[in-house]
Amino acid sequence: MNAEEKIRLQQFAIDIRKQIIREMGSLGAGHLGGNLSIADIVAVLYGSEMKYDPADPKMKDRDILICSKGHAGPCLYGALALKGFIPMERLDTLNRGGTELPSHCDRLHVPGIEMTTGSLGQGFSAACGMALAAHLDEDGRTVYCIIGDGESQEGQIWEAVLFAAQQKLDNLILFVDYNKAQLDGWTRDICDMGDYVDKFHAFGWHTAEIDGHDVEAIKTAVDAAKADHTGRPHVIVCNTIKGYGVSFTKPNACHHVNFTPELVEQCQKELDAARAALTAK
Amino acid sequence: MSYKVLENKTTADVTMTSVYVDHIKALMAKDPAVMELESDLGGSLLGAPAMKEIYEKFPKQLINCGIQEANMISVAAGLSLMGRKPFAHSFAAFVSRRATDQAFISGAYAGSNVRIVGTDPGVSAQLNGGTHMPFEDVAIFRAFPNMTVIEPTDPVMLGNIIDQVADRYGMFYIRLFRKNALRVYEEGSTFEIGKANLLREGSDLTIITAGAVMMPEVLKAADLLSAEGIEARILDMFTIKPIDADAILAAASETGAIVTAENHNIINGLGSAVAEVITTRGTCFTPIEMVGVQDRFGQVGPLAYLKEAYHLTAEDIAAAAKRAVGRKG
Repeated sequence: MNAEEKIRLQQFAIDIRKQIIREMGSLGAGHLGGNLSIADIVAVLYGSEMKYDPADPKMKDRDILICSKGHAGPCLYGALALKGFIPMERLDTLNRGGTELPSHCDRLHVPGIEMTTGSLGQGFSAACGMALAAHLDEDGRTVYCIIGDGESQEGQIWEAVLFAAQQKLDNLILFVDYNKAQLDGWTRDICDMGDYVDKFHAFGWHTAEIDGHDVEAIKTAVDAAKADHTGRPHVIVCNTIKGYGVSFTKPNACHHVNFTPELVEQCQKELDAARAALTAK
Repeated sequence: MSYKVLENKTTADVTMTSVYVDHIKALMAKDPAVMELESDLGGSLLGAPAMKEIYEKFPKQLINCGIQEANMISVAAGLSLMGRKPFAHSFAAFVSRRATDQAFISGAYAGSNVRIVGTDPGVSAQLNGGTHMPFEDVAIFRAFPNMTVIEPTDPVMLGNIIDQVADRYGMFYIRLFRKNALRVYEEGSTFEIGKANLLREGSDLTIITAGAVMMPEVLKAADLLSAEGIEARILDMFTIKPIDADAILAAASETGAIVTAENHNIINGLGSAVAEVITTRGTCFTPIEMVGVQDRFGQVGPLAYLKEAYHLTAEDIAAAAKRAVGRKG
């Protein structure tokens, strides 16, 4: 990846983070930590890897992203708005009465959202169903799915892990947002997930482990997964930090955050400064 | 849509499962989007020979997920959003109780297009006993917005319903008896989903029922009552949701008393659905008696024993009919 491309993706990730803050700031609260932790993954997917058309969200040969950790809807909505799927102003309507922007991913309300999620574990199974359809059709489409590490405590995740391997879904790329924290605290203190790479390897998956905030590493891992057609589904375990990108968050205590206008301003200033620093280099 | 009721009703020489298999195979041949998903109970519905045949002829249309009903339902939802028309089967107890949230969120709430097939409804689970005996599956699915709940009566209706739901978009629950049902309808009959069928005319009360398990009991009950000079109208309410409110209200005003007969808990099943219509939309007092499982768990036993144990027999229905008639204002 050349420096220019890297900066472009990094800036896109910061722009997505700014929209997350905007959405939750406008509402006054939100699931901040787990939205910020996946912004770089989402930036690489919408900024570089996925085939899509904002003017035709149902385009026949599009790639598909399902965010199974449904509470990270605001992150996807930020990317979708920046790419023109929905008007930017809609971001200010998150979770208002009658909104077309419910914070948990909703395919019936938000163009570009492929699956309604929020009941953890289910989006990944639906992604397997979609990947199976694409796999049977041999249509070259890739299905991406993001799950949380807390979400991985759901038994349904491991049903789907078995299913995807059995069906040889090598067009399926799964990201584990391994931010090591969940609503009530550190994942290791609540229900330790141990070594993801070992687990997925044992289930017959093609595995990679990367820094989930390094856009270059994300792109490299996705490209490697796309090039591997050995009948194994792909998992990219992304080491991330819950609340990444703004300074006030504590990773084990930022699942849900209340916003004041002052806090919104502080966050946006930090993100603007980070964005400016990228081009100053 | 038109149906004809057989005058001479005898037990079918084919099982309900064989009818299901024949229609699924024909649908698969006609439309590559039609798929069947199993969770290791394919043998109980399709049977091993038909599974082998389908794998050979339509290898992309039958998926055995293994014993993972929750994943199966969400996978089916994902397939449906890619244009597939999946049927997803397990025992009724498992597709309802075990995969409730998957059917609700991945299915109904997400606007998916899945036909959930639940076999061995109610006491027909027989020797598998209480763990496998769903008296609450209709209650669960009836509470989902956008869910159609159908309990086919006989082989002719089953085939027609399977053909119809294959080409409809939405969420369906098909409550399916697996064995030989009583033949009620003439070959070639077609059925309108959401419209009750009139099986017998009568002016003293109306018995409203659904499904192959209760139908023989209901028909026999009407004969028992007729011998005593009580004439019962019989409505086959095979679509439990959306329920045919017009037929219920007409029955209430024209016959003045209602008995519901269901192979299910009386709580939030057919009886509740009928009572909701009459109490909120009826214009005169109409006594209702509910024959069904009186808020109990399942148990092991052969069908005849279980029908007696849960008071689902023709005699129970006839007794309820007399109580209902006796309560008329």
